[in-house]
Amino acid sequence: MKLIFDKSVPGRGGVRGVGSDVPSRADIKPDLLRDAPAELPELSELDVVRHFTALSRLNFGVDSGFYPLGSCTMKYNPKAAEHVANMPGFAALHPLLPQLPGGEMMVQGALAVLRRMDLLLREICGMSAFTMQPLAGAHGELTGTMIIAAYHADRGNDKTTILIPDSAHGTNPASAAIAGYAVRTVPSNAEGVMDADALAEALDENVAGVMLTSPNTVGLFNARIHEIADRVHAVDGLMYYDGANLNALLGRCRPGDAGFDIVHVNLHKTFATPHGGGGPGAGPVGVVDKLAEFLPTSVVRERDDGSFYLDYDRPKSIGYVAPFYGNFGIILRAYAYILMLGAEGLARVADNAVLNANYVSAKLKDRYDLPYPGPCMHECVFSAARQALKGVRAIHIAKALIDRGVHPPTVYFPLIVHEAMMIEPTETESKETLDAFIAAMVEIADQAESDPDAVLACPTTTVIGQLDETLAARKPDLASLAPREA
Amino acid sequence: MPFIANTDAQRQAMLEAIGVESVDALFAGIPPELRSGPLNIPPGLTEQEVRTKLGALAERNTTGLIGFLGGGFYDHFVPAALDAIVSRSEFYTAYTPYQPEISQGTLQAIYEYQSAICRLTGMEVANASLYDGGTAVYEAIMMALRITRRSRVVVDDSVSPIYRKMVRSYTSNLGIDLVETPSAEGLPDRRALAEAIDDRTAAVIVQNPNFFGCVDEVTDLAELVHSKGGLLVVSCYPISLGLLKPPGQMGADIVVGEGQSLGMSLSFGGPYLGFMATLKKHMRKMPGRIAGRTVDARGRQGFVLTLQAREQHIRREKATSNICTNEGLCALTALVYLSLLGKTGLADLARTCADKAGYAQQRLAQVPGVTVRFPRRWYFNEFVLNLPMTADKVIRGLFHRGLAAGFPLGRYWPEMNNCLLVAVTEKRTKEDIDFLAHTLEVIL
Repeated sequence: MKLIFDKSVPGRGGVRGVGSDVPSRADIKPDLLRDAPAELPELSELDVVRHFTALSRLNFGVDSGFYPLGSCTMKYNPKAAEHVANMPGFAALHPLLPQLPGGEMMVQGALAVLRRMDLLLREICGMSAFTMQPLAGAHGELTGTMIIAAYHADRGNDKTTILIPDSAHGTNPASAAIAGYAVRTVPSNAEGVMDADALAEALDENVAGVMLTSPNTVGLFNARIHEIADRVHAVDGLMYYDGANLNALLGRCRPGDAGFDIVHVNLHKTFATPHGGGGPGAGPVGVVDKLAEFLPTSVVRERDDGSFYLDYDRPKSIGYVAPFYGNFGIILRAYAYILMLGAEGLARVADNAVLNANYVSAKLKDRYDLPYPGPCMHECVFSAARQALKGVRAIHIAKALIDRGVHPPTVYFPLIVHEAMMIEPTETESKETLDAFIAAMVEIADQAESDPDAVLACPTTTVIGQLDETLAARKPDLASLAPREA
Repeated sequence: MPFIANTDAQRQAMLEAIGVESVDALFAGIPPELRSGPLNIPPGLTEQEVRTKLGALAERNTTGLIGFLGGGFYDHFVPAALDAIVSRSEFYTAYTPYQPEISQGTLQAIYEYQSAICRLTGMEVANASLYDGGTAVYEAIMMALRITRRSRVVVDDSVSPIYRKMVRSYTSNLGIDLVETPSAEGLPDRRALAEAIDDRTAAVIVQNPNFFGCVDEVTDLAELVHSKGGLLVVSCYPISLGLLKPPGQMGADIVVGEGQSLGMSLSFGGPYLGFMATLKKHMRKMPGRIAGRTVDARGRQGFVLTLQAREQHIRREKATSNICTNEGLCALTALVYLSLLGKTGLADLARTCADKAGYAQQRLAQVPGVTVRFPRRWYFNEFVLNLPMTADKVIRGLFHRGLAAGFPLGRYWPEMNNCLLVAVTEKRTKEDIDFLAHTLEVIL
């Protein structure tokens, strides 16, 4: 489709501006001004609406169909939460208002939301205190590793290393490195979880902490997690919980009870806020009591009279990780979601997410290799190794699913599974949807045997075919510049 | 049960297919001592109850004030067409476009957004978004450290104090030599900067318009820092670029900023949008997602995420950044906003803001006892007033009359206790400005 810039018609006006009701300024300083307006499109409102409506139709979202993208928890995003986030009493609230004298009393409703989410997440995760500031999951990881660093600095510990399993999300090692740590990878054992003995071998006085996802990225719960935590604590290391897979545990098991010291929660996964085509999300971080003093500033507190205030007097805090109080609009959506579900509803999330994943696993295990057999948690990881013998790899199966109206699972992750296909159905999908997906996967497995070329030719139903990614990286075309700037 | 489709009968059939007795059996891998009892959370509410409850909380917030509060976050008018487009769920219920064939909507929009940011800032390449303007400043610093392989960073103190606090938090553990230079009369002090910039300096960070609202021409600063082999990072307010000279025309190497003003509601601090643009020669050092234009086997134009060899899912601890989920929908919002206003619309809007601020400054300076703090400086839509008493006291007084008069600079600059930072957007009418001036006359 043509770029919006290429649809521009010189002289065509867009949305009419408010216009000025004051005299034009006389003190103009030409050397501070642009010599020509920025080359933005010149289009009517209808032109713009049609352009983006057309673009939206080239997209696939959860509302379009089944989206079992492993590790991303693409569950249904309730519309009620969208409605709440758009209430003017929240949407029009200026974040600097509580920093003005007397302003705190003008934002009591918003502070109540932040405080109540803190308390709810404490209960759900078994932690002592939360910050709502982190703006995404990886941002939560960075905040968590900064807290690890602050803790050790305060204790006078000179520790240099964070241990991370080989099955971890790439954000874990990247976050640890950005916070100033060396990263050491710990291998998984034959059962697919971090090997307690390999951990023991890697564990020494230099270890500041261990970052783990539970259940891990192959969808398995490490039954020896508490033993691992005890060993890490014995060298004064801290246990970090990557909350990417919390959906499997809601109401069943709390990271705090399993020995974790720091957790981040992805509100855009577990608590149903939209993924937005790549954000915005939110990644609140919770800690055990001994780490609460290191949480970012500010912190919402409650007075005896039930009013709320922002506490900025926190000498050991790691400081600001966001300009204000987090992605408030996302936190608000998640709050609405938790209110709607309640304790019983949250427990049903994990039950149904795990049931759906095991159902898919049971129905497909005869047709695709399952490197770690047995019950999984909220997602199952298959390998396309068998199909690859016929030349049909995970990526080809993904494209064949596209032709069958399904968003593909995550492929080639986790790295420890050859030709990985990571399927996370989520709890909001029905048996009929799962059965249709299973039928499509079986059909592709059949076709990989009988007519592999037909699979390799996919996708055939999309507006474009497979794109040349090598060209994109070798000769990057990252922006359409205005002719005179190009 | 809310948002769960399967019936008890279907669940039973699924358990049979799996070959287990109950859902509990599926959780057998969790040792009994780690299982939690029922959560101590109230029972679920209906949608109607939730709306009532949250509606009541929303009413405990004061949003009806006539606002002159800015400080980097502005109350601009948002056309209805913007919400209509951005609330299409094909956009907002998708995720990162890992499968380009069914994500061309998101991918083309990112490419167009990158293009719009380049055209606005006068730069050559941009990324798909960062979390906010503050983390964008931090990422720009990290990028400059990577490019120059140096360790010193100089930040002018008229850069947002909130962003400077964030940068201090992020870099405190990294062994970086972070220096803040004092501004002089509302602008970066050339003499202090010349002294601070040496051949170990990776980057100089300035903001334009800066936190005091003052507008600068920074070509000389670019030349100064380039002469020592460092980079100039400029943080800017995108609406101002409808009128002001783009940083790219003044020699900036990396341009960042807060994109909230491009159609996002204030929403008590987020979600917002960090944007980043740079020169082509630095594109492989940029953090974050980037969309690129390419072709399929039949030569048809299409878009993909590209230069992924920089990113965490490939490079892990050697990545340029840990960023994964960013602010995709906010970037789309900014693109749609800029498209709806268009070339002349943005220029007109910026001009209107500047005109109204000009009127406001002139009118408020007529109030007895009130003077302009930086009379020699040009400003865009925000400026500093000296008051005959503390700004805190004036702000309290004006709250009672339905006005949010501005931001008290004493909060971050104790010596500026009597200084009020006043912002004016197109939403403030001449009547609003006259009312502020009149009320100020009454209370002073």
